[in-house]
Amino acid sequence: MLYNQPSPHETRVLTRRFGLPNSASIDTYLASDGYKAFLKAMQMAPDEIVGEVKTSALRGRGGAGFPTGMKWSFVPRNSPKPKYIVVNADESEPATCKDRVLMEEDPHGLIEGTMIAARAIGSEKGYIYIRGEYRYLIDHMDRAIDEAYARGWLGKNIQGTGMNFDLSTHTGAGAYECGEESALLESLEGKRGNPRLKPPFPATHGVYQCPTVVNNVETFYAVPHIINMGGQAFADLGTPKNGGTRMFCLSGHINNPGVFELKMGANLLWMIDAVGGGLRSGRKLKAVIPGGSSCPILRADECDLAMDYDTVAKAGSMLGSGGVVIMDDTTDMVAVGLRIMSFYAHESCGWCIPCREGTTWLKKMLWRMNNGEGRKQDIDLINELSKNMLGRTFCALGDAAAMPTISLVEKFRDEFEAKVRPVMVPVSGPDQLVAIS
Amino acid sequence: MSQTVNITINGRQTQVPQGTLIIEAAKAMGIEVPAFCYYEGYSLQAACRMCLVEVEKMPKLQPGCTLTANEGMVIHTESPNVVAARKGTLEFLLSNHPLDCPVCDKGGECELQDMVFRYGAGESRHVENKVHTPEKQWSPVVFYDAPRCILCYRCVRVCDEGLGVGALGVSNRGVISEIVPNGEDHLKCDECGACIDICPVGALTSGSYRYQTRPWEMTHVGTVCTHCGDGCKTTLGVKNNEIMRGNNRDRSGINGEFLCIKGRYAFDFTSHNERLQAPLVRVNGKLEPVSWSEALATVAAKFKEVKAAGGRFGVIGSTRTTNEENFFLQKFARTGLGTNNIDHHRSGDLATLLDALSGRENALASVADLYTAKGALIVGADLSQQHPLIAFQLRANFRHHAAKLFTVTPGPVREDEIALAAVRAQAGGELQAIEGLREKLAAAGDLTILFGDAIKGEAVRKLVAFGDSLGIPVRYVCLLDNSNSRGAVDMGLLPDLGPGFKAVEKPGLAAPEMLADAKLDVLWLVGANPLKSATLANAGAFVVVQDLFLTETAQRADVVLPAASAYEKNGTVTNTCGEVQKLKPAIRTMGAKADLEIIGLIAREMGINAGIWTPDKVFAEIQQTVRGYNVPAAVLTAGAAALTMPVNGRVASQARPELIRSAGDTLFTSGSLGRYSKVLNSVMESPGGLFRHERE
Ligand SMILES: Cc1cc2nc3c(=O)[nH]c(=O)nc-3n(C[C@H](O)[C@H](O)[C@H](O)COP(=O)(O)O)c2cc1C
Ligand code: SF4
Ligand code: SF4
Ligand code: SF4
Repeated sequence: MLYNQPSPHETRVLTRRFGLPNSASIDTYLASDGYKAFLKAMQMAPDEIVGEVKTSALRGRGGAGFPTGMKWSFVPRNSPKPKYIVVNADESEPATCKDRVLMEEDPHGLIEGTMIAARAIGSEKGYIYIRGEYRYLIDHMDRAIDEAYARGWLGKNIQGTGMNFDLSTHTGAGAYECGEESALLESLEGKRGNPRLKPPFPATHGVYQCPTVVNNVETFYAVPHIINMGGQAFADLGTPKNGGTRMFCLSGHINNPGVFELKMGANLLWMIDAVGGGLRSGRKLKAVIPGGSSCPILRADECDLAMDYDTVAKAGSMLGSGGVVIMDDTTDMVAVGLRIMSFYAHESCGWCIPCREGTTWLKKMLWRMNNGEGRKQDIDLINELSKNMLGRTFCALGDAAAMPTISLVEKFRDEFEAKVRPVMVPVSGPDQLVAIS
Repeated sequence: MSQTVNITINGRQTQVPQGTLIIEAAKAMGIEVPAFCYYEGYSLQAACRMCLVEVEKMPKLQPGCTLTANEGMVIHTESPNVVAARKGTLEFLLSNHPLDCPVCDKGGECELQDMVFRYGAGESRHVENKVHTPEKQWSPVVFYDAPRCILCYRCVRVCDEGLGVGALGVSNRGVISEIVPNGEDHLKCDECGACIDICPVGALTSGSYRYQTRPWEMTHVGTVCTHCGDGCKTTLGVKNNEIMRGNNRDRSGINGEFLCIKGRYAFDFTSHNERLQAPLVRVNGKLEPVSWSEALATVAAKFKEVKAAGGRFGVIGSTRTTNEENFFLQKFARTGLGTNNIDHHRSGDLATLLDALSGRENALASVADLYTAKGALIVGADLSQQHPLIAFQLRANFRHHAAKLFTVTPGPVREDEIALAAVRAQAGGELQAIEGLREKLAAAGDLTILFGDAIKGEAVRKLVAFGDSLGIPVRYVCLLDNSNSRGAVDMGLLPDLGPGFKAVEKPGLAAPEMLADAKLDVLWLVGANPLKSATLANAGAFVVVQDLFLTETAQRADVVLPAASAYEKNGTVTNTCGEVQKLKPAIRTMGAKADLEIIGLIAREMGINAGIWTPDKVFAEIQQTVRGYNVPAAVLTAGAAALTMPVNGRVASQARPELIRSAGDTLFTSGSLGRYSKVLNSVMESPGGLFRHERE
């Protein structure tokens, strides 16, 4: 089921099977060029596959935007240990809802992506780690995997190519932190979902300390298309070093929210107006979170920019997970800060001091401030405590909590000031109070 | 592999092996990089973020506890950035800490206090409430106060990695994360207290010490644990002539910080209310308290009478009394009373081992050697239960050096989990089982063989022959029960062997033979309780007992003399590896006397000159008599242990393997003494069992 009408402005590569009758079935998949890329990849040397992915300028869609081909090339292929493929389907970044749509509409596309990755690094076993709240999707993926096994697209000697590959799903239990790749690996191994010390990185020490490729769902989806159309053609869809299309999740105060596949580097204002149908009832744009709640917020006047990793980074924010939150002039920025921090305080794994304590204290202060009980010094304190987290935590969750908060305080300081409760002191008589700050 | 690299810390250059942790490199230069979660020897966490340092050309601050040295690295540990970060982290940490230092056990020796004192976190800038949860009692030994916990995971790691117990974990997440025990609301573990001592703050406290005193009100006495044969150093905290706690936080001694429940908490028998404090003499069939002079006169008169009549004495010594006491006892018995009927509870066939090894040097392993040995073969012993320090050393060796361990035991033991091969062998089948491991053992490079009472007599010789046939260096540890079981053998508490394993001309009776001798006139027991499980053939024998408590044997005695415990006297003891260590008195118990003094006073009362009976003088005599004990006095005075190899020639022992049997104490028992320890009897794991290890 699609949640929104497709937009005519979309460039449909990953989503090309969306809307086909029975799009999730293997028959539909096979009838629409499914598993062709895999067979093609079997004719290619592993290095060629990695090379093609490098040429495609595909960057990880999980958030950090790390070049996928390069990540694959870090796997020591001659290591005697088994190698693993792990799909990060923990999709928990607030405002992000693309991986679910992809898996719902086209589950075999993900399976094929993992098979090609497996071929590239010499893996025979893959896991799809799906967030616990996506229970229905686990069943959905399991059905697709069963179909693939039944038709000989998974298992031993796939389609007579001599390649073996097993794939299974694994459920998370409701922790955002388990989307962080090393915490995900811990959780996958049955342990508490705390992040691991890095280095070493998963490429060399992943599942059970064996070489592992961890990529986001959408990243894997791009792979068969890259093999089919060629890396250069995929790269040409986007901007330099930012290849292809990407799934943007438009939400907030717009008329036509939804998940849309757009070219990398599409203009943000165009996205809001043309794809998102403009702001509701003629209101004015106030701010945008460009890539999920972990990103610094952009003021309306900063929004005329190309949505690719490098341009958004230059503007001081991040393309992140593709969750674009559009806010109009009715938005209360202190409330936004509270909402975001409440999420991180709830999701901090507790491993390291600055994040564990910082997120909770910031949440408490923002709550008080939002309730009109703020003290004047709280504004700087919020900023300072956020900076005391930034860059000092064990994993990036602490940064993810700090960055939007710092941007809110620095870009919308007046709104915080407006919520400070003046300190009243009595002058002359008992009923006579005067504000001193 | 360890190539040397040049690094610069705070403007000073140094050279360290590549890969050295920056926190250690700095420490070597005398630069402190503060940290809570970093703990030498355990896995790295980088969780507390206190140790962040600035590295030139790296955009972010880096944790000094995981960052490794590379050529040309330039590090700053006190730059404005670092100082600000440290202060910020400390503020975060304190923001949820209850700051109840005035009533906290750790107050005065708390790492958080020290850190705040050094690096300052100023005043709290928050107005909100802190997270609070009530304190929990996990066991009679361990209490947990979550609000004080800074989540450094030291406790989790020491229990899992150090002890191999893994009883602790983390539950919940974020700011309400807390440490939880394996039994959900209670602990099922070794109850060793390692987690309590390693806790940098007062989050974990012990049932015996909590809210009893302030640390600075105590004096600290380093002595040797009186329980098992491993000989851990324990530092007793003493206030008003009472032992408040035991620990070894300063890592002095052969055991570093390690102690088991007995070394850490089972000092409590010293103040048990059944402790004997006056001599007792049987009057009209009842034991009545009398003065020391009366009691000594009674004993001396009887001894003189029996000696004059050419009667028969039986003397049984202790496996916990000092070398000096044991030496003096056998000397007085042989020369003063004229008997070789001397024995003690034998728990391992050391005599045969030393005979089989005669002529070799370096054939016995020290506790330290167990940490560096490449291979170790454990035969017929449940080390985690019977020899906790040895088990700890081997585990650390496995963890740090990937030592190859092998177990050959009648049932499962904890060491199986880290063993290259774990073989089950019933009594008598051990040597055959070992033969099956030959190739793997030989591949270890070098080997230490630890064996318990399952291997005795001829089996010991066969074992040594097997060791010789491996073609690699092999060392041995003969596992013995108690804190001075080894010393009892070395000092000649045996009917056939005198001090230093010298054969006596006319061997006397062994302990069971004395008890079974219908013509025995006098039975003198110095810290031994054989009548717990045996009967005395001659109901009319005159029985003299020196002990701390009115044991089964003491209840049968005609005279009972109250003895001082190991924590109340001077002297030396020798552990199962043969390491000699010095005791220091921590307290005094009114009315009790050290056994050495008691024996000396009996000799004097009888008019026999057995020499001066001060520990120093007797030890000097031991040094001249017993080979291997000629260790420098300075070493012992400094509190160090010295390995002894007491013979270097044949031992003409009668062997008698049928007399050798370990008492089979577990982690929670300690012979008759253990019955008077409240803590040992209060834990629910007590008394445990051997060879039935189950992972919880
Ligand atoms: C706190 C945190 C949460 C994350 N959650 C997710 C997630 O839900 N899904 C995801 O794909 N990546 C997530 N990531 C990013 C992953 O760590 C990792 O970078 C990603 O799976 C790599 O795949 P990619 O290169 O294909 O993006 C998260 C990272 C952090 C720090
Ligand atoms: S920053 Fe620290 S506490 Fe926060 S999620 Fe990462 S490791 Fe856990
Ligand atoms: S007392 Fe010892 S065994 Fe028990 S939890 Fe603490 S460290 Fe582990
Ligand atoms: S209880 Fe103590 S040792 Fe354990 S995590 Fe908390 S502070 Fe650290």
